[in-house]
Amino acid sequence: MIPVALVVAVSFAYLLLLFAVAYWADARSRQGRSVIGNAWVYALSMGVYCTAWTYFGSVGRAAGSGVWFLPIYLGPMLAMILAWMVVRKMIRISRTYRITSIADFIASRYGKSQLLAGLVTLITVVGIIPYIALQLKGVASAFAVLTQPLGGVASPAVPWWQDTTLYVALALAGFTIVFGARHLDSTERHEGMVAAIAVESLVKLVAFLAVGVFVTWGLFQGMQDIFAQADAEPRIRRLLLFGQGQPFPYAQWLGMTLLAMFSVILLPRQFQVMVVENVQEQHLRRAVWVFPTYLLLINVFVLPIAIGGLLYFGDRPFNPETFVLSLPLAEGQTALALLAFVGGLSAATGMVIVEAIAVSTMVCNDLVMPLLLRMRRFSASRSGNLTGLLLTIRRLAILGILLLGYLYFHLAGEAYALVSIGLISFAAVAQFAPAMLGGMYWKGGTRRGAMAGLLLGFALWAYTLMLPSLAKSGWLADDFLQHGLWGLAWLKPEALLGLHGLDNLTHSLFWSLLVNLAAYVGLSLWRPPSAAEASQALLFVDVFHRQAGARPVFWRGKAQVSELRGLMTRFLGGARAEQLLRDYARQTGVADVAQIVPDARLVQFVETQLAGAIGSASARVMVASAVDEEALDLDGVMRILDEASQLRAYSHALEEKSQSLERATAELREANEKLKSLDRLKDDFMSSVTHELRTPLTSIRALSELMHDDPDMDGAQRQQFLDIIVAEAERLSRLVNQVLDMAKIEAGQADWHASNVDLKQVLEQSAGSMAETFRERGIRLVLSLPDAVPMVWADADRLTQVVLNLLSNAAKYAPRDTGIVDVHLWADARRVSFEVKDNGPGIPPDQQAMVFEKFRQVAGDQHYRPGGTGLGLPISRQIVEHFGGRLWLTSTPGQGACFGVELPLDARGRSEETH
Amino acid sequence: MFEGLVAQRLAALFVAALLLLNFPLLALWDHDLRVWGLPLFPLALFGIWAALIVAVAWVVERPGSAREPDTPD
Repeated sequence: MIPVALVVAVSFAYLLLLFAVAYWADARSRQGRSVIGNAWVYALSMGVYCTAWTYFGSVGRAAGSGVWFLPIYLGPMLAMILAWMVVRKMIRISRTYRITSIADFIASRYGKSQLLAGLVTLITVVGIIPYIALQLKGVASAFAVLTQPLGGVASPAVPWWQDTTLYVALALAGFTIVFGARHLDSTERHEGMVAAIAVESLVKLVAFLAVGVFVTWGLFQGMQDIFAQADAEPRIRRLLLFGQGQPFPYAQWLGMTLLAMFSVILLPRQFQVMVVENVQEQHLRRAVWVFPTYLLLINVFVLPIAIGGLLYFGDRPFNPETFVLSLPLAEGQTALALLAFVGGLSAATGMVIVEAIAVSTMVCNDLVMPLLLRMRRFSASRSGNLTGLLLTIRRLAILGILLLGYLYFHLAGEAYALVSIGLISFAAVAQFAPAMLGGMYWKGGTRRGAMAGLLLGFALWAYTLMLPSLAKSGWLADDFLQHGLWGLAWLKPEALLGLHGLDNLTHSLFWSLLVNLAAYVGLSLWRPPSAAEASQALLFVDVFHRQAGARPVFWRGKAQVSELRGLMTRFLGGARAEQLLRDYARQTGVADVAQIVPDARLVQFVETQLAGAIGSASARVMVASAVDEEALDLDGVMRILDEASQLRAYSHALEEKSQSLERATAELREANEKLKSLDRLKDDFMSSVTHELRTPLTSIRALSELMHDDPDMDGAQRQQFLDIIVAEAERLSRLVNQVLDMAKIEAGQADWHASNVDLKQVLEQSAGSMAETFRERGIRLVLSLPDAVPMVWADADRLTQVVLNLLSNAAKYAPRDTGIVDVHLWADARRVSFEVKDNGPGIPPDQQAMVFEKFRQVAGDQHYRPGGTGLGLPISRQIVEHFGGRLWLTSTPGQGACFGVELPLDARGRSEETH
Repeated sequence: MFEGLVAQRLAALFVAALLLLNFPLLALWDHDLRVWGLPLFPLALFGIWAALIVAVAWVVERPGSAREPDTPD
């Protein structure tokens, strides 16, 4: 037992701490250093899914039915797998059209229908009240456990002004107003609240884990110990079995999983933190796995605590839903019990704050505002700032929601377990699934279908789940439960049309969602959508296909800037309105507000801004009353869409043209580069040729002049000079021939006389004609030739030219007197090859490629011998390649060079060889 | 809604999760066993859950998944 004052003080201290966090986050955000612009904070804020129901109820559920607490958390796992597609689309749609609640989302999709928005809001309020009651019950019973003697019976009924639950409700309302409705946020986002919720998520996780660790390792010797002890007790052991001794109710398992899957994205508070408060779509990438991890962690110790509590307390009548508190208390761990209480308080307050803010926005925008704006006092033609009014309505709505929760708690709360209350709320919001998800992916859904689906689904939910819950808690005669309405057995709420074999939750879920979906689809297909529905359907379903500029604006008419400005001033405040108009002017590229053109885009801009503040349906009505608009029929919508897509097609075509132009430019530039480099090559070639020509010419001229100037030169000298002149002239004509040859080959004008050529014969002949040269220089020429090789298809004279060139090169570079030149010929299935190998100085690796370039002789070569033209190898390579062969060089400096040639056995060559 | 490799992987994971957590695959754990001293059925549920989380994290967080096309439908 802990003194009441201490518990109250700790609770308030904790709430003040939360407020400090929120205040700090708000202040940071105003400085532009947002703390919630972080994927981890975003994922943690989703932890608001875990309420007092999780914190206290899961353990209760586990103590009653084993693993059946889990489907409520496996459903979110399933939802999060698809969240990257589904929730991201919701975020994109909401951001684009400034949607701030589920009611607004659904209403906006089906043609901005005020009626639909109101209906969704009503369903939400009715559905969520039990859930709020659950939180109050959780906090109140936790408070009672802490402040009363352990195991004491519930205190006798007290007058309502002494009921702690009422004060809990009022305190929570106060805090919620402080968090969410302190001032009217122009963006409808609550940074401070999100930061506080993220902190709460951490606190409840840490507190629950602390209790789990205490129970598992403090009271017992680990999990194995708990389960081993459980085995000894048949009553507890049964909980751990698969079907607990009965057939496993798969339908209920699936039903609960699907229910939780829908709820985790359709609950108002989840929509608030996941969609409205999302800062960046990319944060979802982290959240889709961190949030399920959070759920897994908070559930790890549920079973050990539940089983441990059952074992610990034995037959003593302790409520398993408060094991989290009573186990530490029973062991005298006051501090831990207080921490556990703070964790439970976190879970409850987090839920209440976010839920109340979300629902109050809906009540204000979609229920109260439409009614107020119908009254003459508030109609669009009047002026006067309404932002204060908006804020007051929201505050009153928060208070109202909490008081309604308190009322429900009083009426039905005591009779029900936390889990059952929560499931009733889940089933209510699941009714939004067809209209919401269908509307995001199916353009054919209409307002009529959504309306009918929601109404019927809600009615069936109320009849098969809500009313029975009231009847069971004694506030309603339970005749209709036992015998059916008006005594008609087929109208029994928990066995409609005599459907048996399902538990009441699955039964209700099945009927309500079936009828809901059938009505939605059936009525949508009954009549074609109106213009407004069709245009909104396009904007929603194709939200990812259009970039901001390319979105069609479905509006025709005349407007005046002054009227629109007045409208914005009324609902957003003067300063904000001016700021937005200035931004709009800058976006559209006009100098100042006075020059803004009042076109369809401006009207849409103003309407979207108003939608953020008062909901899209009310914004539509307000804008329509302030401008002079033409009614748009379905044809009109299609025409606008056509125009938009034509515009898009034009811009696309333009883009394509400019791209192909760019491509053509690049190609031209490339061609130009190539030409330039060819030109440079030609210049190089010319200068090389002239240089090569000049050397022999110079010596011929010099020797001729010498002889000319000295007629008395003696005979031997003259003879020697004449020999040189003849040799140089020969070299000159050889050079000219080769240049011509090269030019012809390169220009593709050479004469080729192709025939079957026996390479062995070519080699032998060439060796014969070179034999004298080799003998003169004392170089040994070694031929190793096979008996016969297949014919190749080539020009015999040209090949001889190649072989002579290689042999003369070898003769040039092989050392005199000790030189050896090996010629080796061989053939395989596809080619005939030969090598000419000398034992000269070899060619360094860096110069090996160069020898095949024109006019290149190995530089810095001490063995350089004049007489080469620098064209032999390039021409040889051209010849070999012309016949599909390859000429290559392998050389290690100091060990000689080896030139190899291979020529393919072409098919023709082979066939001719065979006959 | 399933353009792009990430979206298709997630859709496949969703189907796998739905199958693993329902009849008849769930019935695979219908044995009164203790594994490392822990009851088989709850252990299996937590195991499947953890494996799904790891798989989802791998799909969405691996480098390169951010370059997926922007159109999830």
